[in-house]
Amino acid sequence: MTASGPSLRLLPRVDDENRFFWTGGADGRLRFQRCAVCAHFVHPPAPRCPFCLADGLRPEPVSGRALVESFTVNHQQWIPGSDPYIVAWVSIVEQPDVRLTTNLVGVEPDDLRVGMEVVVEFEQQDDVYLPLFRPTSAPS
Amino acid sequence: MTRHSFAGRVAIAGIGATEFSKASGRSELRLAAEAVDAALRDAGIAPGEVQGMVTYSADTNPDIDIARALGVGELNFFSRIHYGGGAACATVQQAAMAVDAGVADVVVCYRAFNERSGNRFGAGVQDRPPVANAENAHFSFYSPFGLLAPAQWVAMAAQRYLHMSGATTEDLGRVAVADRRHAATNPRAWYYEKPITLEDHQASRWIVEPLRLLDCCQETDGGQALVVTSIERARDLANPPAVVRAAAQGSGRGQDMMTSYYRDDLVGLPEMEVVAAGLWGSSGLGPGDMQAAILYDHFTPYVLMQLEALGFCGWGEAKDFVADGAIEIGGRLPVNTHGGQLGEAYLHGMNGIAEAVRQVRGTAVNQVAGIEHVVVTAGTGVPTSGLILGVDR
Ligand SMILES: [Zn+2]
Repeated sequence: MTASGPSLRLLPRVDDENRFFWTGGADGRLRFQRCAVCAHFVHPPAPRCPFCLADGLRPEPVSGRALVESFTVNHQQWIPGSDPYIVAWVSIVEQPDVRLTTNLVGVEPDDLRVGMEVVVEFEQQDDVYLPLFRPTSAPS
Repeated sequence: MTRHSFAGRVAIAGIGATEFSKASGRSELRLAAEAVDAALRDAGIAPGEVQGMVTYSADTNPDIDIARALGVGELNFFSRIHYGGGAACATVQQAAMAVDAGVADVVVCYRAFNERSGNRFGAGVQDRPPVANAENAHFSFYSPFGLLAPAQWVAMAAQRYLHMSGATTEDLGRVAVADRRHAATNPRAWYYEKPITLEDHQASRWIVEPLRLLDCCQETDGGQALVVTSIERARDLANPPAVVRAAAQGSGRGQDMMTSYYRDDLVGLPEMEVVAAGLWGSSGLGPGDMQAAILYDHFTPYVLMQLEALGFCGWGEAKDFVADGAIEIGGRLPVNTHGGQLGEAYLHGMNGIAEAVRQVRGTAVNQVAGIEHVVVTAGTGVPTSGLILGVDR
């Protein structure tokens, strides 16, 4: 069994604060807010830069490569009809303290390990493009 | 840290609870009123003397409804504390501050719900967040990926903890075994006379790796109340005072509600370290002065992390600390002697405070000999709180 995700995805409510994140995948690029002053990436979207307090955060694309920081293999049927699926925290290679929650796809649960390198791909549902990650070394 | 003026001057003088069940058959308000009534009877204080009430913002029972139901008259102090089970010990802190400040002479703290037969917290956030206000916007970043429920949020932190500390799921199991051993001799516990072995734990089904069924607490219907008053008043009452030696709240840097996935430390409980600094720093007491601990146990991994955050052992050493039965009755630091929320009941931590009071009084079913101080903690993974209760001497 190679994991995918839950049988039903509860989609985010897209608003002016997060639209760039959820729709950015339309062109295949993962985007985060970045500070125009101190150049830090920030996630989740914030009203201002938590590093320098500047008021100039703008979406900017990143490479899409990331490292697995933690993961769980979900068995309980919170969403009925789901096969076991993997939820992970990954950190982007550009800045290790920028982390996002995602599903790891195309990987056997037994092959999971903290520190493995993964790369983004997008799953479109309605108006959003969900960033999922796949091991860089695994066949797609 | 400065000494807190209420320390040693305020006590818990009464405790009272309903039965703990899976289907109470009555309203949450009725459970709350029964628990408050029982606590006041235990203290020997008439409802008309109550001047203050404190509960959780998560509680559905307004203080004024309970006041009307029980014949409590005018109230001078009412307060509700946020962050789910993190509020537990903070209810006593706020009551203690109000009593010490002279705002209210008698304050009741309570928590009551039909958490099993009614609204089950264990199911988590199931719906698409309706409004993207600051409090629920962050769930949008988890729910699309099927990360919906408390067990899942904790599993993510637990996996990282096991990876970093070298602890195993057997070490998690030792917490469950201790809780269930204590519950087995507690007639009030849901799991009375139902101890488990480590093998039972390891054979229980996965909920969300690395958590098995027996790592997760119960869901309970019930109510628990506490009566807080001055040490002078408490000394004139029926039961020995459980003196509030310290009480503290804590929120960590980069804190989130259950999903602090973005802060510097990806492991541990910084908010409980803030609470620990408050408890030890304000009281001059330390881990070595505690003869027992009531550690919030909605999920077993956070009990290990709390042993470290509170300084009972160093970082990553909880697996060694629990290896030889140290947290079981008769061990170096008996933990959750009532059976905890895994074994007795899930009352959002309030039943644990009542157990600490019984230990101080010397009336617990699994009484620890020579009790001078007991440390109690509130909900983990959220902004939280803690207490040190002690004997009156
Ligand atoms: Zn900046």
